Amino acid sequence: MHEIFNIFIKSIFVDNMVFAYFLGMCSYLAVSKTVNTSVGLGAAVIFVLGITVPINYLLNEYILKPGALAWLDSEFASVDLSFLSFIIFIAIIAAMVQLVEMIVEKFSPALYNSLGIFLPLIAVNCAILGGSLFMQERDYQSLGQATAFGLGSGVGWFLAIVAIAAIREKIRYSNVPPALRGIGITFIVTGLMGIAFMSFLGIKL
Amino acid sequence: MSTEKNEREPMFSPKNLKLLTSPLNLNNPITVQVLGICSALAVTAKLKPAIVMTLSVMVVTGISNLVVSLLRNGIPPRIRIIVQLVVVATMVILVDQLLKAFVYDVSKQLSVFVGLIITNCIIMGRLEAFAMSNKPWPAFLDGIGNGLGYGLILITVAFFRELFGSGTLLDIQVVPQSLYNMGYVNNGLMILPPMALITVGVIIWVQRYYNRSLIEK
Repeated sequence: MHEIFNIFIKSIFVDNMVFAYFLGMCSYLAVSKTVNTSVGLGAAVIFVLGITVPINYLLNEYILKPGALAWLDSEFASVDLSFLSFIIFIAIIAAMVQLVEMIVEKFSPALYNSLGIFLPLIAVNCAILGGSLFMQERDYQSLGQATAFGLGSGVGWFLAIVAIAAIREKIRYSNVPPALRGIGITFIVTGLMGIAFMSFLGIKL
Repeated sequence: MSTEKNEREPMFSPKNLKLLTSPLNLNNPITVQVLGICSALAVTAKLKPAIVMTLSVMVVTGISNLVVSLLRNGIPPRIRIIVQLVVVATMVILVDQLLKAFVYDVSKQLSVFVGLIITNCIIMGRLEAFAMSNKPWPAFLDGIGNGLGYGLILITVAFFRELFGSGTLLDIQVVPQSLYNMGYVNNGLMILPPMALITVGVIIWVQRYYNRSLIEK
């Protein structure tokens, strides 16, 4: 239980998807012009990560890992299907995103319209595939740990995009040099936020 | 209205060459189209992984563009994204296995980012914007051109980060020992992830300063 909580907090602050690993930057930069759309996209990312990481964990554990197929038949104990990971993970992610898109369209058409193309683009958001690949690389010991990691990463990404959206809304009234306006200053501010988040590096619960 | 038949464009006509050169500056995938940022920042701590990543992305983008352009008239619109993802994923699996075979140490450094080429927005972006509505050869050139533009930024960032962060280039000591003896110390901050963001921000600043047309209102 302690380990699960540790992983959850660590993946929000220390291993933040945006500031430590730069995953999901494209939609992070493109959607963060207003706080409202950022909150919507952030919530969608939490949901998708929270569902795809556990599912991919189960697939990895029982089908893809070297020796994973031993439960079917002891002959299969030496089969290593991990080279199929990319395709299987991305298929699950594409399916889940399609599901989220349908739910959002049904329950909040306004949000659906304001997110536009970026909702289906969550499927190719590196943060989602990155979450599953990191889960595979770090070899979590249980479904609980994998889920904590997925949800934590989602919350971390959500925090990052809402923060930068709030800053960008205010920065419109500042005296930014013309060549830096828009994307340039966003990069630099994100870099500064990254340095700030490094202050969490020593956290141990 | 001209009645002459559509002539085949020569292989390296000015129009086709423009596909190779415009992503280097005015249509740069990273600084102008704002695509492919994720991997550009994460693998640039040293120059060697950056070069390997550039070559991988160039190969994947070029060939995926070519394949999707060849298939473009036969893909049903509803499953477009899935077909594109499958093409790209296959190419990336091939490139990943090649990297593991020939440059194992660099592929370990790149770790998950090779797999993440699948979700690299540049590739998906060019497939949607160009390969789906253009002929195979221009699509291939466009893919290679965007890969080059991406590589230009990656190598520039990696160059400065490795030079100032570790005093080396391609793991060869470049900063002379005499400077260290005088008290010069490697700038540890450059190796850390946030500096990559700030470096790209500065590159964008310089690029837009010299190309006024890119400035946002």
